[in-house]
Amino acid sequence: MAIAQETVEQVASVSEKYKYGFVSDIEADTAPIGLSEDIVRFISAKKEEPEWLLEWRLKAYRHWLTMEEPEWASVHYPKIDFQDIYYYSAPKVKDKLKSLDEVDPELLEVYKKLGIPLREQEVLAGVEGAYNVAVDAVFDSVSVATTFKARLEEDGVIFCPISEAVRDHPELVKKYMGSVVPYTDNYYATLNSAVFTDGSFCYIPKGVRCPMELSTYFRINAAQTGQFERTLIIAEEGSYVSYLEGCTAPMRDENQLHAAVVELIIDKDAEIKYSTVQNWYPGDENGIGGIFNFVTKRAACRGENSKVSWTQVETGSAITWKYPSCILQGDNSVGEFYSIAITNNMQQADTGTKMIHLGKNTSSTIISKGISAGRAQNTYRGLVRMGRKAENARNHTVCDSLLIGDKCGAHTVPYIENQSRTAKIEHEATTSKVSEEQLFYCQQRGLTEEESMALIVNGFCKEVLQKLPMEFAVEAQKLVGISLEGSVG
Amino acid sequence: MLEIKDLHATIGGKEILKGITLTINAGEIHAVMGPNGAGKSTLSYVLAGRSGYEVTSGSVTYKGEDLLALSPDERACKGIFLAFQYPVEIPGVASATFMKTAYNARQKYRGEQEVDAMEFLKLVRVKTKELGIKDEMLKRAVNVGFSGGEKKRNEVLQMALLEPDLMLLDETDSGLDIDALKIAADGINRLRSPERAGLIITHYQRLLDYIIPDFVHVLADGRIVKSGDKSLALELEEKGYAEMSAA
Ligand SMILES: Nc1ncnc2c1ncn2[C@@H]1O[C@H](COP(=O)(O)OP(=O)(O)OP(=O)(O)O)[C@@H](O)[C@H]1O
Ligand SMILES: [Mg+2]
Repeated sequence: MAIAQETVEQVASVSEKYKYGFVSDIEADTAPIGLSEDIVRFISAKKEEPEWLLEWRLKAYRHWLTMEEPEWASVHYPKIDFQDIYYYSAPKVKDKLKSLDEVDPELLEVYKKLGIPLREQEVLAGVEGAYNVAVDAVFDSVSVATTFKARLEEDGVIFCPISEAVRDHPELVKKYMGSVVPYTDNYYATLNSAVFTDGSFCYIPKGVRCPMELSTYFRINAAQTGQFERTLIIAEEGSYVSYLEGCTAPMRDENQLHAAVVELIIDKDAEIKYSTVQNWYPGDENGIGGIFNFVTKRAACRGENSKVSWTQVETGSAITWKYPSCILQGDNSVGEFYSIAITNNMQQADTGTKMIHLGKNTSSTIISKGISAGRAQNTYRGLVRMGRKAENARNHTVCDSLLIGDKCGAHTVPYIENQSRTAKIEHEATTSKVSEEQLFYCQQRGLTEEESMALIVNGFCKEVLQKLPMEFAVEAQKLVGISLEGSVG
Repeated sequence: MLEIKDLHATIGGKEILKGITLTINAGEIHAVMGPNGAGKSTLSYVLAGRSGYEVTSGSVTYKGEDLLALSPDERACKGIFLAFQYPVEIPGVASATFMKTAYNARQKYRGEQEVDAMEFLKLVRVKTKELGIKDEMLKRAVNVGFSGGEKKRNEVLQMALLEPDLMLLDETDSGLDIDALKIAADGINRLRSPERAGLIITHYQRLLDYIIPDFVHVLADGRIVKSGDKSLALELEEKGYAEMSAA
């Protein structure tokens, strides 16, 4: 009770201060458990946000209260108690480790298999002082890191945390945030809109080709992934950016529920290539303790000839609920979705895409590779909608499932809605098994059973792996093998 | 090098090998002939360690070691190579990648330096040239869309690259055109040495004109019913198996 009282006072005092548009110092590092309007206000105050954003969050929160948790996906999990979650905690300074010697050897083994350089291993494992060292290692020196930022600025590219963007570029955030995924969109996206705390903002001005893959940079920051992330990327006319989120290294997180929102806006002749590698903790063999990952990702191809491609490698999480989508509004716009989803042990994935064709001559490609092993369930769920004005729109879908063992499941659920008489929709689906013959053939050439499995599955995923940024493809290949460990024999 | 003693093996409870005894010394090439379904491929699978093939009695010693206790990959790394009667397709895996992975697996097992893509390409190009195989094949997925003959050539290429101590060839000649047969035989002969040995399963005496065997065995109904030298193959060609088994 005493604590509750204290909280109420604290929140009250915070909102009090906020009224004057000035928050100097909030003592608490963590908001009290549970969700309420006060918590939403607390978060907004912590982030020193302007009034309009607080209002937006509150609208989302109030709307969320009227919503029901969706149940249509083929995933099963215990009911989430949303009042039993902490919605804000300041970045925790973990107990710093002195050296890699103190790190869980199992984790180090995985880093080794992935071929992650020693210095980066230190960062990922949270070794004291490693961060600066690694930035040095990757960018050669601190000055190079600065050059990296300077180089982006020179071209007018804005790339910063979303809270910084709210402060420094409010007009852009206000204009675009919620314009692709409205705060009313779906249960998890609405929740995110109310309580998001982290995420990135990226703005590529007209005609600029982002001078570097934003993946290199992200690699280093990946260790600080948040629970409710919000990402907003805007590619103005004729611009291009390749963006990569996530990390091949296994990530443990105390937060079981993750509900991110990603919005992409693509203008005329612009292109965004968005790649994801998701390897959060999947839980143990019995599925205990894994992450629940409910993500809303959507791209709006607003201008003519605009293009977006989503590439994802999903190997982690106990539950993945994720449908990166493309709204193809501009004439001749192009949407692509390339996906590898691997589920092992008790993992469940229900993932796919939505291709909404609105403009003329729009085209979309979907290549989905689902791999199930152990007792896992893997569902591809995809919608292709051709609007009335989508003349000569085209979609080509290839949906391949690979089964390892006979206790797992693969499901394909395509939805097709066609209102255009001239649209062309093609759908191919296959289900296959890794054959004993293939495994034996590889083993006869000297590969262990696990190496054989990794090689065969990598072959199965090849078309998608090729879509990843070069420097990540090699690690992703290794990740495929590691994710399937224990699935044979 | 290889000593097989009274080997019995079953598949799905059905006995296929019914007591095989055979000794292959280093430097020797043994040819095995016999009617369809006799158990020739089964013998090669049992030696290579394929799962599902259960040895019910007997023993196999390879380089003084109990072969049957080793996993298929250990056997491969210790120098046993099986050229498959029906090579297996692995979609999406380039032949070059497959062979490099195999090459390095063996190097690693033996505690030797693994090679990178460039070094590997150099190694493999020597072999493709010798065997008249187009480099373009290296880029294609393992055996996918290969013609019957191409698959067999690819097996010989892998063998030439991995330089095994014990070659097991299961009807590698079937499906090869005359020129390819000569080239493949040359490849196999190049591997012949006093330290290496081979067991060559074939239906055709023609192959044995190119690869002169030290011994020829007739395998019928899971047993070796007759052994002899090269002349036995000629005799078989004349008389056929029916007469031979009856004798
Ligand atoms: N999985 C299986 N289950 C039951 N019987 C099998 C199985 N695999 C093979 N056999 C049988 O084992 C016997 C031996 O087969 P094997 O392939 O060793 O013959 P082979 O001598 O190599 O013949 P070929 O000259 O036609 O290649 C055959 O009768 C075959 O039908
Ligand atoms: Mg056979």
